[in-house]
This record gives sequence, structure tokens and C-alpha cells, in this order.
Amino acid sequence: MEKTQKKIKIKVEKINLFYGTSHALGDINADIYENSITAVIGPSGCGKSTFLRLFNRMNDLIPGVTINGRILLNGENIYAKDTYVVELRKKVGMVFQKPNIFPMSIRDNVIIGPKHHGTKKKQDLDIIVERSLRQAALWDDFKDNLFKPGLSLSPGEQQRLCIARALAVEPEIILFDESCSALDPESTMRIEDLMSELSKKYTIIIVTHNMEQAARVSHMSAFFMIDDDKIGRLVEYRPTGDMFANPKDKRTEDYITGRYG
Amino acid sequence: MKKFKENLPGHIFLLLALSSISALALITGFIVVRGAPIITDVGLKDFAFGMSWAPSLEEYGIFPMIIGTVAVSLGAALIGVPIGICCSIFLSEFAPPFITAIFRPAIQLLAGIPSVVYGFWGLIFIVPFIRDYLGGPGLSILAASIILAIMILPTVISISEVSLLALPKQYKEGALALGLTHWQTIRIVMLPAAKSGIVAAVILGIGRAIGETMAVIMIVGNAVAMPESILDPVRTLTTNIGIEMGYATGVHQEALFATGIVLFIVIMILNATAQYIVSSGKQARGKERQKS
Repeated sequence: MEKTQKKIKIKVEKINLFYGTSHALGDINADIYENSITAVIGPSGCGKSTFLRLFNRMNDLIPGVTINGRILLNGENIYAKDTYVVELRKKVGMVFQKPNIFPMSIRDNVIIGPKHHGTKKKQDLDIIVERSLRQAALWDDFKDNLFKPGLSLSPGEQQRLCIARALAVEPEIILFDESCSALDPESTMRIEDLMSELSKKYTIIIVTHNMEQAARVSHMSAFFMIDDDKIGRLVEYRPTGDMFANPKDKRTEDYITGRYG
Repeated sequence: MKKFKENLPGHIFLLLALSSISALALITGFIVVRGAPIITDVGLKDFAFGMSWAPSLEEYGIFPMIIGTVAVSLGAALIGVPIGICCSIFLSEFAPPFITAIFRPAIQLLAGIPSVVYGFWGLIFIVPFIRDYLGGPGLSILAASIILAIMILPTVISISEVSLLALPKQYKEGALALGLTHWQTIRIVMLPAAKSGIVAAVILGIGRAIGETMAVIMIVGNAVAMPESILDPVRTLTTNIGIEMGYATGVHQEALFATGIVLFIVIMILNATAQYIVSSGKQARGKERQKS
């Protein structure tokens, strides 16, 4: 599964993040490769979700947050002063921990992004709906029921609808924030299959509590842990196969063998 | 005996709780007993749709007052609801914490101002302003609507704000993550999701406007006539009772009680509707939570 020769899509450079005065992420450097799946793992509270939310600037919503350092997406710093966050989020889609389908029909959920980004014609939107639902493996089941309320779907289907909704915006990167943690094993499998499929076209970063999941789907793994000062650190970042077979750091080894957390 | 002692506090509280419920029963019963006969005597149709209210001639038609109440309350809603909803959006989504810290208590204070003070202020400022710049006697539907709009603001703002703040934050995050702007997120996702609470806020606000008496008496003109414009004076159902209760006796008094029945029913329907909308909204959200 080693794909380190791939092109660098995102460069994380010396990122430090503070919630008020508490130092949550310290000196993070990492290269994220294009068309690969990068798994972010580590015990609870190590800052892995915060790290993921750096890429679509979701941390900006939290009052009192300070971020130093640079993240280069296609060579451009997304933390530059003149970055338009709304445009950034069109390029970096996100699927959340719990399916957060809006209380509207399946179709309306899918088109909400493109529609309000300026695609108004019904035919164009129809094409987007079909393409996105096909990519999320929902089309065959729901093509005759597009006006069904999104909330009537099962949790696993809802999560795939969230994926379709994110894909409809045609992002380059998709972030998955523990997106399978609320799902049953079968739904989880389907989403993992989807991730693998999608990684051919998109750059994917996932946060997961599930070691097997990281080992199964990801090409690269980033292990986070807090140090003695409670600062979240990137301890080890390597191709997943390597890292799971022989972790270099003692802490990584303890964690992935289950001796910690 | 011991058991009785142990249950004693429960019994006392039950008694006290019953007293508040029995007050409701007593008042309702009294109004109905005193007011119902005249409705049956005059006939519901002539009472509710009669155009003439002249107790000295034994004519008891309250239709102009129903129109007055509707006009004044609708006017209050037209002015107060947009301002109130915008204010709640501002407080829940845009205001920095220090502004919220000033605005919230200030709005609560608005609810604490006695209605006679609102009426007095309206009489001294709003009424002359309307008379001088817009015409008419000044005492008018418009004057009452403006004052009532201010008076319903606290209700509309606080209930809409609570329903916006109660939305699961995943909705907002989900919309923003799709590259929607903050305003698009509010307009397309948050407001529709908070709809039930906001509708309830509007209904309760209108209920408050319908029930308000003192401030309205002072600025609405109280003329029993069909209004032709919003600059005309009207009489509302509440002010009718407020003005005439001092000297009404016999059948006239019964007619006032009957006016009270009409008011009572309207406000009960409004409150029940608001309750229903809120609880059905909660149920829908509860189902979502279960699912996710």
C-alpha cells in the first residue's frame, strides 16, 4: 500500500494551535500526498480532530482560537490573511462523526452546495445528483425516491448521503472525522470501500479511533499524542504498513498494540 | 399517624398547587356563567358580527372591536416580528459576547417596563408625531401597533433566540463545511430547522398583543367604529372591557363578560397552537437524534 512517491497535495508547516492559553497542537509538520488516504490516529484528546479541522479551517468557529504556521494547499497558504474561507471549503469537503443530514429531501441535501454556489439549471443539478449519489453508492437504491426525507434513511445511508453531499461540491480533498464511529460494522465496511474508491480521485484524510480501520484503508498514518505539557504532538508519521509492522517510537508501539488508551 | 406526617408536605403542596388551578377554573367558570346568557340572548351571530355597540340602546355588536383587535395586533406583528427575528439572529449568530452581555438583559428589561409607562410614552411621543406628520387624530391603529410591536419584542426575541441556539451545531458546521457563507447557512439551513420555535415565538407575541390593555387604551382612541385607515382610532376587545367596566351594570356588564369570553377563546387557541408547534418541532428533532 506504500504510495510515498506520490505528489504532495498539502504541506503542513510548523503549525501551533492554542485554545485561549492552552496549547493544543505543537509544531506540527507533515506532507499529505495526493490521491491517498491519510489516517490520523491517537488517544482521545490528543488533538487529532483539531488537526483535521485545520484543513477546512473549521477551528475558526471556536472563539479564542489562535493558529500559527502555514498550511500549503496546492502551494498556497490557506492561513494567509487574504484567504477566502468559503472558497477553501468548496475545495476541502468534510464528513462528520454523526451523519448531519439536513431536514430536507435526499435531492435537496445533495444539491444544497452546488445550488447555492451558482448552479441553477435543473438539468445541471440532476446530473450532479446522479453523479454524486452514484459515487456514494446510493443511486441504485434511491433513484426513484429522491424526494424522500433524508432523515428517513438508515444511519449508514445517511452517512453516505453526507459523502454524496460533500462530493456534489466537487472538492479536491475530503476529510472524514471519525465518520464510522456511530455506524454498525456493515455500514462501516461500505464506507471504507467508498473511501478506497474515492482515493483514486480525491485526497482523503480520516480521523479514526479504530486501529483496524486505519490499517485497512489508509496509505499513510499519523500518530498523535499529548506530551508531558499536554501539548498535542505528531509523534510518528509514516506509510501505514511500515508503522504498524515496526513502529519506531515506543509510544506508537504501545498505542497500536493496545497497551495504551 | 406517622405515615400521615410523612406525607404531610406532599398534601400541603398539592393544596397550594390546586389553588392556582382552581383560580383558573373559578375565573373561567365565572366569565362563562356571567357572559354566556347575553350571547344566547342576542345570538352569537349578532353579537360577534353586529356592527353597533350602544349599551344605552341595548345594542351589543362587537364586530368593530374584533376588527380593531385584529388590526392592532397584525400591525404589531408586521412591525415587531421582523425586527424581533432579526434581533434574535443577530444575538445568536453575529453578536460578539460583550454585545450579547448588554443586549440580553436590556431586552429582558424591556419586558419589565409596566404597560402604563409604554402607553404614556406613546401618548406623549408617538401620538403627536403621527398627528403632525401623517395626519388624523394621532390616537390610532398605527400608534397602538408601534407600541405593541415594542412590547412583544422580548417575547419574539427570546423564544426565537432559544430555538436558534438549541439547534444541533452539526447543522451549522455541515452547511459551512460545504462552502456556504454564514448568511446562506443561517437562511437555508438554520432558520428552516428552527422554524417551529420561531413560529411559536410569533404566535405568543401576537397573543401578548391581543391581550394587552392599559397601553392600548391610552393611545388607540377607543372609538367604536369601523376604521378606514391605519390612522383612524379604533377600540379593541380588551380596551372595551377596560373602559366600560367601571360603570357597566346588568346586561351591559354581561356583554363585557361576553367580550371577555371571545378574548379568552382567541388567546387560548393561539397559546395551544404555539404549544403544539413547539412540541411537534421537538418531537421531530428527537426522532433525528434517535436516528443519528
